[in-house]
Amino acid sequence: MIVLEKRPQPSKAWSYATPLVAVLATMVFGGILFAILGKNPIEAIGTIFWEPLFGEFAFYYRPQLLVKGAPLVLIAIGLSLGFRAGIWNIGAEGQYIMGAIFGAGAGLAFFPMDAFFIFPIMVIAGAFGGWLWAMIPAFLKVRFGTNEILVSLMLVYVAEQMLASVSLGLLKNPEGFGFPGSRNLQQYDSAHNAELIAGSGMHWGVVTALIAVIFAYILLNRHMLGFHIRLTGEAPRAAKFAGVNPARLILFCLGLSGALAGLAGMFEVSGPSGVVSIDFNVGYGFTAIIVAFLGRLHPVGILLAGGLMALTYIGGEIAQSQLGLPAAAIQVFQGMLLFFLLAFDLLTNYRIRAARSEVA
Amino acid sequence: MDLGEINPVLLVASLMVAATPLLLAAIGELVVEKAGVLNLGVEGMMIVGAISGFAISVETGSPWLGFVAAAIGGAVLSLLFVLLTQVALANQVASGLALTLFGLGFSALMGQSYVGVKPPSMGDIHIPVISDIPVIGPILFQHDPILYVGIALTAAVWATLKYTRVGLILRAVGENHDAAHALGYKVIKIRIMAILFGGACAGLGGAYISLIRVPQWTEGMTAGVGWIALALVVFASWKPWRALLGAYLFGGITVLQLNLQAAGVAIPVEYLAMSPYIITILVLVILSADKSSAPASLGRTFHASH
Amino acid sequence: MTTPLLSLQGLTKAYPGVVANDQVSFDIGEGEVHALLGENGAGKSTLVKMIYGLVKPDSGTMLLRGQPFAPPEPRAARADGIAMVFQHFSLFDALNVAENIALGMENPPPMGDLASRIREVSETYGLPLDPYRTVGDLSAGERQRVEIIRCLLQDPKLLIMDEPTSVLTPQEVEILFETLNKLRSEGTSILYISHKLEEIRTLCDHATILRLGKNVGECVPAETSARDMAEMMVGSTLQTPERSGREFGEVALDVSGLSVPSPSEFGTALKNIHMTVRKGEVLGIGGVAGNGQDELLGALSGEILTAADAIKFNGQRIGKLGPTARRKLGVLTAPEERLGHAAAPDMSLTENALLTGSVREGLESNGFLKWAETKSFAEKIISAFDVRTPGPENAARSLSGGNLQKFVIGREVLQNPDILVVNQPTWGVDAAAAAAIRQAILDLAAKGTAVVCISQDLDELMEISDSFAALNEGRLSAPRPTTGLTVDEIGLMMGGAHGMEVAHV
Repeated sequence: MIVLEKRPQPSKAWSYATPLVAVLATMVFGGILFAILGKNPIEAIGTIFWEPLFGEFAFYYRPQLLVKGAPLVLIAIGLSLGFRAGIWNIGAEGQYIMGAIFGAGAGLAFFPMDAFFIFPIMVIAGAFGGWLWAMIPAFLKVRFGTNEILVSLMLVYVAEQMLASVSLGLLKNPEGFGFPGSRNLQQYDSAHNAELIAGSGMHWGVVTALIAVIFAYILLNRHMLGFHIRLTGEAPRAAKFAGVNPARLILFCLGLSGALAGLAGMFEVSGPSGVVSIDFNVGYGFTAIIVAFLGRLHPVGILLAGGLMALTYIGGEIAQSQLGLPAAAIQVFQGMLLFFLLAFDLLTNYRIRAARSEVA
Repeated sequence: MDLGEINPVLLVASLMVAATPLLLAAIGELVVEKAGVLNLGVEGMMIVGAISGFAISVETGSPWLGFVAAAIGGAVLSLLFVLLTQVALANQVASGLALTLFGLGFSALMGQSYVGVKPPSMGDIHIPVISDIPVIGPILFQHDPILYVGIALTAAVWATLKYTRVGLILRAVGENHDAAHALGYKVIKIRIMAILFGGACAGLGGAYISLIRVPQWTEGMTAGVGWIALALVVFASWKPWRALLGAYLFGGITVLQLNLQAAGVAIPVEYLAMSPYIITILVLVILSADKSSAPASLGRTFHASH
Repeated sequence: MTTPLLSLQGLTKAYPGVVANDQVSFDIGEGEVHALLGENGAGKSTLVKMIYGLVKPDSGTMLLRGQPFAPPEPRAARADGIAMVFQHFSLFDALNVAENIALGMENPPPMGDLASRIREVSETYGLPLDPYRTVGDLSAGERQRVEIIRCLLQDPKLLIMDEPTSVLTPQEVEILFETLNKLRSEGTSILYISHKLEEIRTLCDHATILRLGKNVGECVPAETSARDMAEMMVGSTLQTPERSGREFGEVALDVSGLSVPSPSEFGTALKNIHMTVRKGEVLGIGGVAGNGQDELLGALSGEILTAADAIKFNGQRIGKLGPTARRKLGVLTAPEERLGHAAAPDMSLTENALLTGSVREGLESNGFLKWAETKSFAEKIISAFDVRTPGPENAARSLSGGNLQKFVIGREVLQNPDILVVNQPTWGVDAAAAAAIRQAILDLAAKGTAVVCISQDLDELMEISDSFAALNEGRLSAPRPTTGLTVDEIGLMMGGAHGMEVAHV
């Protein structure tokens, strides 16, 4: 018989190894899934993980890694701070949408003026939109003890309706021949989040994501606030004893994660996407949850996990067009990754050993 | 706009239909939470139930088999939650999210060839005379059988929790798992059974959407009903009859806003469509003051050390 | 020769790194009250868990009335007439008395019948109980009654009681003993686990002493001196703390009219508490668990905020200050629960040193942490208080209870507090560590710190305090000098017998 035995302290080695083991297990089981779907598993896995980086058209796909990875990392960094403190913001998708609406709205308000200050104002507006949306669950939790998981999630659906509403109304392109969707911000220079180096994929969102990683690293490892975040997650009563104000921490963590998600939305709408439209959001807010866990809620880990997840997005699209692999298969693939990660995480805190034969 | 087009009898009858998926999922989750487990994967289990039920009833032509398949589908997905939380002792919040993300993707994959297909109809019951009574007949006695299954399940769960030993043990496990273990009850085993039951119920609820309420298959068609079901359990203070009441309330709001949309009321469609979610938040706010009825071990991982 | 009720032969149980029981053998006779005596960690709990079917022995056998007895689970043990009153964790707060009792029975009668049997049995044994009350609302003594009644309803042959008096007032202890004597006279055997020597001498017919998992001796308690038993139990002669001459300074802590509503559903509200502690004085606060100890510590630490002038430190009103601000002033505390309250289990000792030490030890500047200084502070605690651990990078949960408690107390003591408030400073700690902790508290007082020591261990309080007060349902009795206090007086201060009556023998 096999028994679990709690380790006296968490294993460092396993905490680094579990994400790798989880990725390997996902490749194996993903391969089986692809085989069931009638695809050559080796080819499919190869296409997803190899093609974007080293394939024939890698010059085109590599910049895409940054474009897709940046919002994931930016959102996941914010989420990870909350998750560490046991504050579960799972409505980043909604905050992302609101950031985009506010950011684009601020920019379009100035149309067609050309000025250097428009983009910075959009950045602030985007962060504010996400922050505002996250402050709803934060305020309700602090004031009434309302469950932030459910509230933040409900607000995703509300935000989606808001998005539909502004695409069809407030922000609709007056010159769009009646089609839903806003003006294209890519064609409005003062509001365009253009690539900083042409063809590199590097835009302001990528820069912000990198800054966020460094900021989060310093916060968690070198600052009292980060210590309090970790403490609250591990032992809430001890945190209170240490003098942490739980309400302030909730407001900070939810607010920051909302602002970062809002920034991600704003950089996306003013750059790669360009348009506020009904189908603007593609699930980054939810995928970022996987990124946060896969990165072990550690800033550097999240950076790597965001890259990996961006890879599966791009590789998935290639596999879709070249091999006819369904888009949903990639979604399953990503879901599997989170499963295996959570399952193997057991090894960080527990030892598995064979129980001695019981003598009666 | 013509509010007069809204027929109150049909409105009540259709709110019962709209409420049933919520009720089924919420009753299942209520049992799970009573056992001390928080499974946030309701949405994922519902959507997997929706496609399993849809696929099987299209393939076999039998909606009944479809519902059986949906229950099995939901339970199988919940088995993954069991593996994560009861065997690998993973965090329940994260595991529930994983379940939902995985379920959404998996159902989309399974459902690719079923988009646009029409499922076989289950048909409503018809009891001569009783079903024909005006007003009462259409409201109470002219529904599909699963709607009655939902109500019967509510009654059964209520009676089991309140009057039987199994129910008492389940509550005890959710209340204080260490004490239940000390008395010799198999905490993990009881929780696994509860989680599987919750999965089966969520699966049924999902299939009710794809086979009866809509009826067709589209990706992500549960649209947050699983999450509302979670809120409903809080609303119900973990009491089955209050879950029924809450489900009818939410069903009523959904149906009313749909009717208002159809009647062309001067409120933009988007605001009507977001109303169920906003009302869910409001209800959560009003009820979150009283947490006393929540099972004390809810969401905590149990590991028998010695 | 009569067959003993239960005979244990060579029971052994090992956990990784520790042998909990090593070849333990002894017999429990019919109608005998048998004491199992030993320090915390001596292996008493593991032994009774084996008898109760919660733990399987690695080797050794048990005979029940001469028949082999190896219960695979508690259910089987109960079916064979073994019943157990747990020290902790066996009641369900949100369920009522009857439901709690039904859970402990194999084939409980319908609820109505069960309720009337509960009334009947509880009154016969002098432990009246309302079957429909919610357990969470009961006092500690009443909760214990629920456990006892649960056992008695099954007509047990052997009743196991694990530290039953730790939650009782002296008067309640007397009533419990009456009940146990009545049970003995009816032929029930009792296995009585305790480390309190005097009560074993009054109650028990026979005693087995465990030390480090081994049976180190047996005796007839009535014929053995407490001192001899203590030496068998501890294995070496004990060092009692030394009191240096006490002179008190001015009033350092002044609590007046402190009232706090219950912070949680099953908590206790503090009602109009008054006390003053002078520099150099140790105020001992006794009382049965659950009478407001946690809440009082919370109010003094700043975790629970109160009216500003309810708590004064050197004349300054601090009732509205949070924990950090109070630490800055010199008011330090150490809560009862080590893991999860005083320390974060999964964090390293260094991080746990930072937890309360950041302000006074200057471990941060402008919010940025000084890890090197923090580590040396942790090392200082480890060496000054002889904390046994490979190093400060180890997680708090990897330490034994006694070592972690030394760390937690040491962390506060080394910050030179002006006021130190401790709750249950030696709970679950081995005798040597307990003595060291008490000495540290006394040394601190000698240097002029005002100390408040909340404890349920009356012996401990009598040993170290200058004055004594008791908490009872959130009210504090007027503090009195310790010298000259009698056990009866202390019992009355603790609230007497909480409405119990003596068994109708």
